[in-house]
Amino acid sequence: MIKRLSVFPLYAVLLLLFIFPTISLAQDETTETGDSLAVVPALDSVFIEERTPLPAGNVVVKDHDNDAGEAIDIKWDKSPDDFRDGKVKEYLIMRSDSADGPFELLGSAMQGESAFTDYRTAGGQEFYYKIVTINYEKLNGTEFWRASSESSVMGPVKATAQWFNTSRLNIFIGIFILAGAIIYFIFAAKGGKKFYIRKIAGIEEVENAVGRATEMGRSIYYVPGIHDMDDVQTIASMTILGRVSEIAAENDTRIDVPVCRSMVMVTAKEVVKEAFSKAGRPDSFMDDQVRYLTDDQFGYAAAIDGLFVREKPATIFMIGTFFAESLIIAETGNSIGAIQIAGTAMPAQLPFFVAACDYTLIGEELFAASAYLSGEPKLLGSLKGQDVGKAIFIAAIIIGCLLETFTSLNVSALFSSH
Amino acid sequence: MRREIPLVITFVVGVVFVISYFIPHYPFNEFESWFTDWFSIVGAFAIWLGALNLMKISTLKIVKQKKDWPFSALTIVSFLIIVIFGFYGGKGFRDPGTTFDWLYVYVYTALSSTMFALLAFFVASASYRAFRARNFEATLLLVAAFFVMLGRVPVGDMITGFLPLEYQMSHWANWVMNILNTAGQRAIMIGIALGLVSTSLRVILGLERSYLGGD
Repeated sequence: MIKRLSVFPLYAVLLLLFIFPTISLAQDETTETGDSLAVVPALDSVFIEERTPLPAGNVVVKDHDNDAGEAIDIKWDKSPDDFRDGKVKEYLIMRSDSADGPFELLGSAMQGESAFTDYRTAGGQEFYYKIVTINYEKLNGTEFWRASSESSVMGPVKATAQWFNTSRLNIFIGIFILAGAIIYFIFAAKGGKKFYIRKIAGIEEVENAVGRATEMGRSIYYVPGIHDMDDVQTIASMTILGRVSEIAAENDTRIDVPVCRSMVMVTAKEVVKEAFSKAGRPDSFMDDQVRYLTDDQFGYAAAIDGLFVREKPATIFMIGTFFAESLIIAETGNSIGAIQIAGTAMPAQLPFFVAACDYTLIGEELFAASAYLSGEPKLLGSLKGQDVGKAIFIAAIIIGCLLETFTSLNVSALFSSH
Repeated sequence: MRREIPLVITFVVGVVFVISYFIPHYPFNEFESWFTDWFSIVGAFAIWLGALNLMKISTLKIVKQKKDWPFSALTIVSFLIIVIFGFYGGKGFRDPGTTFDWLYVYVYTALSSTMFALLAFFVASASYRAFRARNFEATLLLVAAFFVMLGRVPVGDMITGFLPLEYQMSHWANWVMNILNTAGQRAIMIGIALGLVSTSLRVILGLERSYLGGD
């Protein structure tokens, strides 16, 4: 029994030695046989002719619209053989600077496609194009045969720059009307016309909020967001900062402006200094009132949170561009019991501000705040111009809804004779 | 002149930006990238103004032993450490394995992530306040939040699993987000767009000058 057991591993090894090579050889043979049967065709002219697709037709080459002369569009009618499992595999786009060639391969479009844009157009040079429709058989990257047909050569065409982007005509008209309305109302306001501007709670409360800080003998913090001076929200924030600083200076209350961009720091410093001068208290302005903290988003949030917790300001303004740090800052402000007025045009952050702050300037109110606070007729006139834009949008939305409804109800069928 | 020159620059740059949006022809198509480059260059120089301001205010605070001066000391030490290791590392100071990289990965990233993680707790506390049914609007908010929150987790569909698919909780949540929320967001976006145009026009025309310091 023991002897039999000791021989068993030997049998097993021998068995494995015989079985594995046999399986392996068998697999190799199957592959080779399968390959040879499947793809090696008789490459005679009849074989190729039978597999040659009809060429793409009606090739149109023209300058790409509304660009700076950087592209040429090539379009074609698909080959009649271009359908699923048809004879077309790809279209090759060929280009030459002469009608007689030689043509170079520019790129390819897959079966079913019928357009290509050439972005490699040297300034002002004319080109000729043709489309080569191809069919082939490939296996593991090896091409066994190829059949192709060529379209006629089209050209010459060259890329040229346009002087007006017609795809933006609607925006141009919209801005033209809006700008016209704003300018009209600015001049009307200059001429002495009075406008009704609805009250905005957040802006109405600015004076009270500053007054609260004065009464409590604590400071005001003004956070102008985390974007630089190339953002209109930051510019709007700076204009509001000017008004808030002026009120703070009149009340002899300290206002601190921690910023996260150097250029915002320079601008804010100038704005606050000027506001203090205007209020007749230039000496009250301290250089450390406007200070740079860091460019980093969460570093900035952490620094402001620390300042809030240590300084415990009575009033906090958060006006500008905010991202994920909005709630971190606003909730810390809330936790110290400060009255908070926020304003941003970032729709994703508005719910956070609404939840955590006492007053929130929502979107357009942020941009209206400066004009509202100044009370200047010409600035208020621009708000009236904005209202005209809103009226146009409302009318467009109503008309659009009605048209869409009528289309879906197929109202025209009611008036047809059938 | 101190006021006029910035106003002229603002007007010229503003008008050129507006024009270049509609004219793809050279040189208008290049203006935007030119101005953006100039802004980046000015910004790169201005970063030193910020850094110097930070150092100046922190140093003065330490020297005068003002309230909470140790925080300023910590700021200066941290600033100097990162600057020294940055310069010491030379060209490849950000390469993996350098001290700067170690500080970046194991100190800076960890601290940033910690701050970001705090958001979860702040969302909870803000939601608690916002969703209290104090009045009709707040109650509506509470109901909407109930549907959305429950529809976003598997248990929502599990509870309403006996209903047809289109009446299950996740569909209600999607309906609130796609129809009601989107409509509200778009109204805000239209207002923002109009406000942007109006403010830009006021700035370009020089009517709004308070960002230059005073009216």
